[in-house]
Amino acid sequence: MNSKFKIQNSKLFKTFAFLLLTAYCSMFTVNAQSGGTQQNLTGKAGTFAIIGARVVTVSGAVIENGTVVIQNGKIAAVGANVSIPSGAERIDGKGLSVYPGMIDAATNMGLVEISGGLNASVDVAETGNINANAKAIKGINPHSAHINVTRVNGITTVLSMPTGGIVAGQAAIINLNGATQSEMSFVPEFGLVMNFPRISTFGGFNPITGPQIVDFNEAVKRRDTQLEDIKKAIKEAETYNLAKEAYAKDKTLPFPKVNLNLEAMIPYIRGEKPIIFTAERERDIRGVIKFVEEMKVKGIIVGGQEAWKAADGLKKNNIAVVYTNMFSLPVRDDDAYDYLFEAPSKMQKAGVQFAISTGDDGANVRDLPYQAGVAGGYGLSKEDALKSVTLYPAQILGISDKVGSIEQGKIANIVVTDGDLLDPRTNVRYLFINGRLLPLTSRHTELYDAFKDRK
Amino acid sequence: MRKLFVFLLMISIVSISPAIVFAQSKTEVLVKNATVMTAAKGTLENTDILIQNGKITKIGKNLKAAANAQIFDASGKFVTPGIVDAHSHTMLDAINEGSFSVTSMTNVRDVLNPHDIAIYRALAGGVTSANLLHGSANSIGGQNSTVKFKYGKPVEDFVIADAPPGIKFAMGENVKRSNFQIQGQTPRYPRTRMGVVETMRDAFLRAKDYKQAWDDYKAKKTKVPPRKDLELEPLVEILEGKRLVHAHGYRSDEHLNLLLLADEFGFKVATLQHGLEAYKIAPEIAKRGTGVSIFADYWGYKLEAYDAIPYNAAILWKNGVLVSINSDSDERMRRLNIDAAKVMKYGNVPEEEALKMITFNPAKQLGIDKRTGSIEVGKDADLVIWSEHPFSPYARVETTMIEGEVYFDRNKDIAKRAELEKERTELEKLDANKAPGSGGTPPKVPGEKRIADRDDADQTDGGNR
Repeated sequence: MNSKFKIQNSKLFKTFAFLLLTAYCSMFTVNAQSGGTQQNLTGKAGTFAIIGARVVTVSGAVIENGTVVIQNGKIAAVGANVSIPSGAERIDGKGLSVYPGMIDAATNMGLVEISGGLNASVDVAETGNINANAKAIKGINPHSAHINVTRVNGITTVLSMPTGGIVAGQAAIINLNGATQSEMSFVPEFGLVMNFPRISTFGGFNPITGPQIVDFNEAVKRRDTQLEDIKKAIKEAETYNLAKEAYAKDKTLPFPKVNLNLEAMIPYIRGEKPIIFTAERERDIRGVIKFVEEMKVKGIIVGGQEAWKAADGLKKNNIAVVYTNMFSLPVRDDDAYDYLFEAPSKMQKAGVQFAISTGDDGANVRDLPYQAGVAGGYGLSKEDALKSVTLYPAQILGISDKVGSIEQGKIANIVVTDGDLLDPRTNVRYLFINGRLLPLTSRHTELYDAFKDRK
Repeated sequence: MRKLFVFLLMISIVSISPAIVFAQSKTEVLVKNATVMTAAKGTLENTDILIQNGKITKIGKNLKAAANAQIFDASGKFVTPGIVDAHSHTMLDAINEGSFSVTSMTNVRDVLNPHDIAIYRALAGGVTSANLLHGSANSIGGQNSTVKFKYGKPVEDFVIADAPPGIKFAMGENVKRSNFQIQGQTPRYPRTRMGVVETMRDAFLRAKDYKQAWDDYKAKKTKVPPRKDLELEPLVEILEGKRLVHAHGYRSDEHLNLLLLADEFGFKVATLQHGLEAYKIAPEIAKRGTGVSIFADYWGYKLEAYDAIPYNAAILWKNGVLVSINSDSDERMRRLNIDAAKVMKYGNVPEEEALKMITFNPAKQLGIDKRTGSIEVGKDADLVIWSEHPFSPYARVETTMIEGEVYFDRNKDIAKRAELEKERTELEKLDANKAPGSGGTPPKVPGEKRIADRDDADQTDGGNR
C-alpha cells in the first residue's frame, strides 16, 4: 500500500525532482520559489507580456494578434495595441491562443485522493445527516497529485464540495495553486451542499441477492421524512439565531449554547449565500424549486439532467444549473442516445443559467474541456461551449468580476495553448494562476520522464 | 380468371418488393466524396468507397455504382473504420462467476443479451466490434466472445464466427478481493499477489498433465480415455496457442510475472488488459510480442491505478508494442474517438497511429484484422461517417454501418423520436402504468439493471476496471 507513496520520499525521486527543476529553470530562466515536490511548485511571480497571440477574451470579441500584459497577479492590459512595461518577461504568442483558465463548478478536488479501497485518503463525506459546519477548505489536501494533473490541462479554478448525508457541508472555491489551503482559497465558504432528498426505491445492496427494492409508497414516505428533517433543522437554526440576536440586545436573557452546526446554517437560510442542491430528475428539480420558494433561500443545482424541463421555475427563482452529466449514460432505456449530450443546449434555449462541470472527485477533472466540446457537437455553439467552462461557471459562483474572461483588472488565471482549448489534441504551453507562471509538471510528467527512455 | 391472375401477380409483387429493396441495398452501397481515414494507408481526400455484399470492393475517386445502389453523400465529412473495443462487458447479463479462483469452464457466450440498449448507444459512438470479457474476480476467469454490434439481429449473428477464442485472466486488487468483502463468506484463496501467480501456475501444471494424459491415450500408450475436464480444456488450448489470453492487471510487476509464467509454460499472452503501468516494462512486453489494451488517461480510482499516466500509449508505441485503447464501460465506449485523440498530445503519437489504437490495433489483438479494423479492399464494410474530424470534440457520428448495413443513422434516429414519444404517452395512460396517487395501480419497479460502467460498485465481483 505504501509503495505508491514512497516515490515521493525516495532518493531517486528527490534526485529526479531536482533534475526536473533544473531543466525547468533553464528552459524558462525562471527561479522556482520552492524546491519541494511538484505539488508545491508554485511558479514565479512577475510582469509578463504574451505578445502577438490570438486572444480569446470570451467576454468580448477575439483579438487576432493581440497582447496580454500580466502584472501584480492581475491582467494589466489586453488589446491589439498595448504598451509593454519595461522589464516584462516577453512570451512570443505567435501561433498560440490565450484563454481564461477553465472553471469546474462541481468537484471534490483535494478531498479524495484514491476513492477505491483507500479510505485513509478519502475526506469527502462526514458521518451523520446534517453537517453544515463541515468545511471543504479544511479537508482539501493542497499537495494532492490531482491538482497539478488538472491545472496543466488548463483548469485553474474549481469548486470543491463535500458529499455526505443530506446537508453535506460547505463547498470552497479554490485556485489550483498554493502550498497551503489559505493560499489556494478563493471563496473558502462559498455554499452549503444539500443532497436534496429524492424518491429512491433503492433499498441497499445485498451481495447474494443483489440490489434491494423498497415499495414506491415507502420511498415517497422516506423522501418526505428526510425533507421534514431538513426543514426542522432550518427552523432550529432560525430559532437559534433569534435567541442569539435577542441575547446580543439584552444580556439579561439566557445565553444560547453554541451549536456549530446550526451556526453554520445561518448565512444560508438567510439567503445571503447559496445552497447547492444536488438533483437530477425533473421531479426532484421541481422539489428544489418549491423548497427555494418556501424557505426563501438562494439555490444552485448540481447535476441537472432534466433541468431544462423545469426552466420556468428555475428562471423565476434565479436558480442556476451546474450540469455534471455530459459523460453519463441516459437513465431510461428509451431515452434518446444523446439525451444527456443535448441537455446544455436545451437549457440554453429555455433560458436557464448553466455551466458544464465534470462532477468528478479530482483525478479526471482534466476532462472538463472535452465535456464542453461534446456539448458543442450537440446543439450548443462553440462559443457557448467555451463559455460553459469559463465565464458561465464564474457567473454562477459569483466570481465573474475576478475570473472567467480575459479583461483588464481581472485575476491573471490564463492558459496559453497551441489550438482550440476544448480540443483533446491541443497542448497547453503556458499556465498562469494569480499571475504566477507555473511549471507544466505533474505526477504524470514525472513518471513519463522517469520511464520514457528505459531500455 | 385473367383478372384474378393479374390480382395475384400484383399481390405477389407488393409483398415481395420490400425484400427486393432490402436485398438491393445490401448488394451495393456507395459512400461518396469523403475524407477517408483508412487506419492503414493514410488519409484520402474526396474519396469514394464501394461496398458489395458487405465487403469493401473499391476505394477511389468518382466510383460508379449500380443504378439501385444505396448512396451516402459524405461531402465535407470523415469516414473511419468502425471502432473496435478490446475490453467491454456490454450485453452481459452476468459478468463474474466469482466463486472459484479458476473458472475457465464458463463462457460469456451463454449470457449475451442482444437487446442491451448500450449496444445502440455504442453504435451511436461509432463502435462496431467488441471483445466481451468475463469479469476480473478470478485469477483465471471465463471465456470471452468477440462480436459485432448487429443490434436488432438474433444473438447468434453478433458472434464473429472466425474470431479466435479467448479467455480472461486477472491479477491484483480485484482477484485478491482487496476492496470489498462478501459477508458470511470465508475468504477465498488467493489473498495476495503471491497467491495469484501460484493459482495460475497450479492450473497450468494440471493442464499440462491433462494434455499429457490425452497425448498418451492418442498415442495408444494408455487404454482408457481421460475424463473430459471442462476447466482444463481451455488451458490446453492456451498451451497449444489456440486460445488468446487477455490478462487484466495494473501493476507492472504482476504483469511481468505473468509474462515470465507464460515463458515457463511456453505460451504467449495476447493482451495485457488495463496495463496502466505497462510503460514501466515496455521493452519486456515488446520482446514477447504481447499487446496492451489501456485507458487513454483514466486513472487514480484505486491504488493500483495511481501510477497510470496518459503517456502510457506513447511509450508503448515507441517501443513497438501493439497498443489499443478500450472503454471497459458502456459510457466511455461512446467516446473512444476523444480518448484516441488524447494520445496525440501525450507523447506526440501521429494521427494515424492514434486512430489505429481504436481500430486496426484492437482488431489485430483480437485476431479479427483480416475482416475489420481498417478501410481496405476486401475487408468487411464496417464504417463510420463523422460530421467532422473524429478527433474533434465537436464531431458527431452520422452513420454507422456493419458489413454495409446501416445500424445507426442520426437523421433516422431523430425522425423516429416524435413517434416514440407518442407511444410512450399512450402507454403511460394505461391503468397499469399510471403513477401512484393518480388513481392507477403502482407500477412494477424493475430490478436495478446491471450497467457495465458501474460494476465497480457491485460488491459481489469487486469491479472489472
